Amino acid sequence: MPEPSFIFGQFVGGLTASMFLFVTAVGLSLIFGVLRVLNFAHGSLYMLGAYLAWQIMNWLGPGPEHFWLAALGSAVVVAGIGAAIERLLFRHLYGREELYQLLFTYALVLVLADVCKIVWGTQQLSVSRPLSLSGGTTIFGTLVPHYNLFIIVLGPALALALWLLLHRSPAGRIIRAAVLDREMLGALGANVGWIYTGMFALGAFLAGLGGALVTPVKTIVPGMDVEVIVEVFIIVVIGGLGSMWGTFLGAVVFGQVLAFGILLMPRFSIFSVFALMAIILIVRPWGLLGRRLTR
Amino acid sequence: MASLLEVRDLHTAYGLSQVLFGVSLEIQAGECVCLLGRNGVGKSTTIRSIMGLTRPSRGEVRWKGGSILGWPPFRVARAGIGFVPEDRRVFADLTVRENLDVARQVSRRPGEWTAEAVFELFPPLRPIAGRRAGYLSGGEQQMLTIGRTLMGNPELLLLDEPSEGLAPLVVEHLLEQVTALKRRGLTILLAEQGIAFSLQLADRVYVLEKGTVRFSGAAAELREDEALRDRLLAL
Ligand SMILES: Nc1ncnc2c1ncn2[C@@H]1O[C@H](COP(=O)(O)OP(=O)(O)OP(=O)(O)O)[C@@H](O)[C@H]1O
Ligand SMILES: [Mg+2]
Repeated sequence: MPEPSFIFGQFVGGLTASMFLFVTAVGLSLIFGVLRVLNFAHGSLYMLGAYLAWQIMNWLGPGPEHFWLAALGSAVVVAGIGAAIERLLFRHLYGREELYQLLFTYALVLVLADVCKIVWGTQQLSVSRPLSLSGGTTIFGTLVPHYNLFIIVLGPALALALWLLLHRSPAGRIIRAAVLDREMLGALGANVGWIYTGMFALGAFLAGLGGALVTPVKTIVPGMDVEVIVEVFIIVVIGGLGSMWGTFLGAVVFGQVLAFGILLMPRFSIFSVFALMAIILIVRPWGLLGRRLTR
Repeated sequence: MASLLEVRDLHTAYGLSQVLFGVSLEIQAGECVCLLGRNGVGKSTTIRSIMGLTRPSRGEVRWKGGSILGWPPFRVARAGIGFVPEDRRVFADLTVRENLDVARQVSRRPGEWTAEAVFELFPPLRPIAGRRAGYLSGGEQQMLTIGRTLMGNPELLLLDEPSEGLAPLVVEHLLEQVTALKRRGLTILLAEQGIAFSLQLADRVYVLEKGTVRFSGAAAELREDEALRDRLLAL
């Protein structure tokens, strides 16, 4: 039996990974929930967010709290890029077959990966933590960096904020109506095209933010787009595509299975996650909190 | 004087199957006009073509003298044409109140209609304002769809088979409420299969058959002439 402090350490580590991924995953889930397009290029927007955060840090020069500006600025730029992609490209995908959507968004993955390589090269880049969160606190014998604590708090706060936006705001009312019956909402006077653009921009913002926030703890390298899309995809499948709390739960489960799977299979912990996804796809294909798809 | 709405020589197809073969009709402000016809003759398609939900291949739709052909539905709605679909299509997960509010928000047409005014017209909706629309009865959903469209302050209401699938008593109530709307001066284009609902309400009637106008005239003519009615509407 491992020591309690070790178990707690694994738990906190898993939770941190969960909440980092949740920021990006919930963007993918929201976009799918409203637009019904599975955007495989979501991981590319995440990577773009990371590189842009580095770039903005570079432009701003040294400064203890410049990281916040860089993270937010990068997310906003990625949102803008997302809006442009939706307006110019994605609109042609709505209502098409899934295979076509998959091929198209995959093409976008390749293009964006090349763009990043051309602009930032292939060397590893890194960003330092903001000074205000550079310390750490020992909890139950485990040293938890303050930056990680911040991410653990940010996850639920973001989930709550998004829930309030969707369920307690006028804009959210429109979005929920668009999910239920897009054509009807248009016939009542809504310019649904712009609602979709806005939704896509919000999802891209979250992808960019996820990518930017991860830079203090992970080096920025080509290939991080594909790595994250696999993880985030598993999370939304576990939780239920299009379900916000499902994505949250999926992220938590993912992080814990990964953290404790390491104890069972030290070198292949990702397999325990794949196994979990496979089981869920068999017994509950619509995910833990998702809804059965009805057409 | 120009008509409020003028539809000329409308041809509409779904893919390869053509449904409308030159439908023309006119509506003056303040009139209640009924599109009468059996199952599948193209009543809904005519309404959808006016609304911009289905694109006609030929023809013209004019609103207050200007063409609105090819406009996206949201522009048609904002121009003052309110659409009440045949299968109700309430936003099932939104509450009654939210259904009304969302319509108010997106239509961007200022005017007299508020949730309160809708509850006055349809009192049964008031006590269930907080209930999800998906849990409503057919009659309540029909009131809600009409109320929801009214929230956009339309000048013309396109009502597609409001009596469909409702119990006779519920239909009777609905008839009173739509009559009240007509008295308020709202212009109405009503699509119906049966004459029970339509002939009590309509000033003029167009009878559709296989995508063309088979008869047009005063509702009174059909009301009084049983032989004509049988000839036009018998199976
Ligand atoms: N989306 C569609 N795709 C293909 N065919 C359609 C579509 N909608 C309607 N049709 C066909 O077009 C014809 C006219 O349909 P429409 O709904 O306009 O008739 P309707 O007069 O409203 O009938 P009802 O009284 O049953 O509502 C029918 O034969 C129908 O099968
Ligand atoms: Mg119909």
